[in-house]
Amino acid sequence: MREMAYYEAKLAALRELLAEDERVHLIGGSFFSQSPRRALFGEIQKSFRERILPVPISELGYCGLAIGAALAGLRPIVDLSTGSFIYEAWPQVVNEAANVFYMSAGQTRAPVVFHLFHGIRGGGAAQHSASPQAMFWNAPGLEIVLPSSPRDVKGLLKTAVRSENPTIFVDHVGLLESRGMVPDDEAIPFGQADIKRAGSDITVIATSLMVQRSLKVAEDLAREGIGVEVVDPRTLVPLDLATLLASVEKTGRVVIVDECHQSCGVAAELSARIAEEGFDKLKGPIRRVATYDVPVPYSPPLEEFIGPTEARIAAAIRAALG
Amino acid sequence: MLPKLPHNELIELCRKMLVIRHFEEALIDLYEKNEFRGHYHVYIGQEATGVPALACVQDGDYLFSTHRNHGHLLARGADPGRLFAEILGRRDGYNKGKGGTFHSVVPSLGFHHTSAIVAGILPLAAGTAYAAKRLKSGRVTVALFGDGALEEGAAAEAFNLASLNKLPVLFLCENNGGRQRGAAAAPSASMAAFPLTDIPRAYKIAARQVNGADAGAVHAAVAEALAKVRAGEGPQFIEALTVRWPGNEASWPIAPAKTSVALAWNVEPVPEAARGWYRDNDPVLIFVRELVGAKVATREEIAKIEQTVQAAIQEAVRFALASPYPEPETALEDVFA
Repeated sequence: MREMAYYEAKLAALRELLAEDERVHLIGGSFFSQSPRRALFGEIQKSFRERILPVPISELGYCGLAIGAALAGLRPIVDLSTGSFIYEAWPQVVNEAANVFYMSAGQTRAPVVFHLFHGIRGGGAAQHSASPQAMFWNAPGLEIVLPSSPRDVKGLLKTAVRSENPTIFVDHVGLLESRGMVPDDEAIPFGQADIKRAGSDITVIATSLMVQRSLKVAEDLAREGIGVEVVDPRTLVPLDLATLLASVEKTGRVVIVDECHQSCGVAAELSARIAEEGFDKLKGPIRRVATYDVPVPYSPPLEEFIGPTEARIAAAIRAALG
Repeated sequence: MLPKLPHNELIELCRKMLVIRHFEEALIDLYEKNEFRGHYHVYIGQEATGVPALACVQDGDYLFSTHRNHGHLLARGADPGRLFAEILGRRDGYNKGKGGTFHSVVPSLGFHHTSAIVAGILPLAAGTAYAAKRLKSGRVTVALFGDGALEEGAAAEAFNLASLNKLPVLFLCENNGGRQRGAAAAPSASMAAFPLTDIPRAYKIAARQVNGADAGAVHAAVAEALAKVRAGEGPQFIEALTVRWPGNEASWPIAPAKTSVALAWNVEPVPEAARGWYRDNDPVLIFVRELVGAKVATREEIAKIEQTVQAAIQEAVRFALASPYPEPETALEDVFA
């Protein structure tokens, strides 16, 4: 276990996965988007040239190629870079990969990982800021992973590549420079939520970058004596509802923070599950802090305004506590 | 012309073409008796493409088909009973009733995934070819799809990826005139490119046309293309042209006549509107006439093969109808491995 940056942990995971299994191939981008850390990918390229496929601007084509390669025994990790680009590959991901195992009644497997950066990254405007994870949640057959810490990105990427199912690995460039302790050799099982901070007054369920933002708010509110418990599901499919409900039982109050658009977003589904399974544990209504239902605008104050800001998270927590 | 194959293999091609024809005609009967529902597509009129083409592949090769897959699976030796059962949504179907007419797969025969999105398999075919190349497995991929697939962007992206990376894949486009409503040799109302081979050629993929009703021409073209693919020369494209079966003119198949090899010499039993197709364009009857003409088999011998096939198809229908429906709760299984 040692302290490292998120980008270092992710790079280590890629390097270790490539070294341990010759079936692992990388298809597409640099896995670090347009961030300054993209140069790090050069080191991987040098060491594993034969197992990296550079691709044309053909999201539909190369996602399909990766699925086909998985059918034939490889373990491809596809990098779509900007999350919005996976809309270009929608037919292959949602209509082929998600259905392969089911339509064949369990005879054919497509163990492919689709890696993308979701969310508002600053100046991305409407076509480079998408958070498509909720749409994938509506397509049975896909596992959905959202890391939020250096430890999680490494441990979850390991499990994603070793999984027998198609997996959407939803990353966020806003996390790349964060730091934390990372065990040397850990694969984090899917379907295990993580309590990122314990507290007894209110449960905040958050995903991806919103975990870090919620932790910041929790720290601020702790100075006022408000105990916020921050719970990170880490994977939406499979979902560890039991851990979420246990926290709700403890606190009785829930705020869900997620960067998807609000309607039918991740927060919407989590709210429904908690309401259905844990209504008797609630002391008040579930509150959502999500991106307003408008396309993502370009100008900084507009972009800032529509997302789940610290101020909105804090306000929701205060409102929930009455 | 007849494929350059030994006697027993020619007879086997004939038997398989008859299996497909009688399977599909029996399927139309089952539909008309409400034994299954929904849209479906039959392979009648394309038997002389799929059967000789798939005689050229080897065990372990990756094969992809579409919504029109019954003939391809049967050409590789799929069990008609289990295929009927799948289409009827029964427990003994190849996919336990989860795939149906659009998605039947038989992994042991090379069909791992069958997509009903017309160009859905083309990028996937590039993918199995990529894996085979990187794993040096020597396996090739054959994607069988219709002319309509070329109208989807996935086809263009797959051609580009396959060509850039010299992937071991044969794109076998079966142009059954579906988008042209008639003469496959004319430009279509939905595709500006003509001939269709211009499209793969733009991506520097070797492409040729072949008469899809000529078993010998198909066999020669596919054997040659696959030899190039296996030799590492990169992707190949073949457009097999057939004349659309008149039963395909409506949205749902309607058989104008029941096939019997006797029609090869007398099409009088066929209603006049469809008679020309059975006389001039039916690939099964053309092949039967060629076999007899070349003295590979007599009319009587072929009639006997057909009787055996028909009996097997009737037995397969009985098997499928006797197979129970799956338990409803099994719908919740097989979502994740």
